[in-house]
Amino acid sequence: MRILISLIAGSLFGAGLLISGMTDTTKVQGWLDVFGNWDPTLAFVMGGAILPMLVAWQLTTNRAPLVGGQFPTAPSSELDRRLIIGSVLFGAGWGLAGLCPGPAIASLSYGGVGGVVFMVAMITGMLMAPTLGSQLDRTANPA
Amino acid sequence: MNADWIWGLAGGLLIGLGAAVYLLGNGRIMGASGILGGLVDRSGRMTERLAFIAGVVAIPALLRPLMNPQAETHLTGNIAVVIAAGLLVGVGTRIANGCTSGHGVCGISRFSTRGIVATIVYIAAGGLTIALLRHVWGVI
Repeated sequence: MRILISLIAGSLFGAGLLISGMTDTTKVQGWLDVFGNWDPTLAFVMGGAILPMLVAWQLTTNRAPLVGGQFPTAPSSELDRRLIIGSVLFGAGWGLAGLCPGPAIASLSYGGVGGVVFMVAMITGMLMAPTLGSQLDRTANPA
Repeated sequence: MNADWIWGLAGGLLIGLGAAVYLLGNGRIMGASGILGGLVDRSGRMTERLAFIAGVVAIPALLRPLMNPQAETHLTGNIAVVIAAGLLVGVGTRIANGCTSGHGVCGISRFSTRGIVATIVYIAAGGLTIALLRHVWGVI
C-alpha cells in the first residue's frame, strides 16, 4: 500500500513538474531574473501547489495516515546555520542552472547528457553533505 | 500574452495533489531532495522511495510525446556550470534538509517558519546568482 501510494504521488508530482514548465530552466531562471525579462509562471506553480496542501494539512487534524502511524509532528521553528547556509548553497545552484531536485529527476528522460551530469553531480553533493554539515556544526560550536 | 500561467497553475495543482496524497496516504512530507537523499544515504524505506522516483521519471517520459510543443530543459551546454550547480543543489538541499517541494510547497502550506525562511533564502540566493552572473559578469 505504501509503495502504491508513493508511486501515485510520484506520478502526480512528475506530471505536474512536466506540464507546469518547472523542468524548463529558461522559465525557472526567467522567474529568478527580476532585473531582466521577468517570467511570472513559477509564482502560479508555487501558488497552485500550495492550495491542495493547505487543505491536506487541515485534514491531518485528529486523524491518522491511510497506512497507519502518525502524521509529521509540528515543525520546529528553530532557524539554525544548517537551514540558512544550506538554503544559500541550494539557491545559488538553482539560479546557476535552473534545476532543483524534483525537476532534475522528472526531466531525466529528455534532459540529455547535461541532465544526467547534473543528476550525478547532485547525488555526489548529497553524499558530501553529511561531512560538510558536521564541519559546519564544528565551526559553530568549537570544542 | 500566452497560456504559460494556466499550465503553471494546472501543473502546480498536480504537484500539490501529489504532496497531499503522500501526506494523507503515507503520513510523510513529499520532498524531492529528502526522498532521493534518503535513497543515497540508504536510510530506510528504500522501495517506497524508489516507487516515488519511478513515478516522477516515468510519467513525464510517457506524457511528453503528447505535448505540443514538447517540454525541453534548455539546460546550459557549459558542463562546468552544470557540475557546479548540481553539487551546490545536492549539498545545499541536504544540509538545509529540504528543497522547493519540501520547504516550499509542504512547509509554506503548514505555515512552518523554517519552510518560509528557507524558501525566502533560496529564492534570494537564486535571484542574486542570476543578477550577478547574468547582468554583472555576463557569464550565464
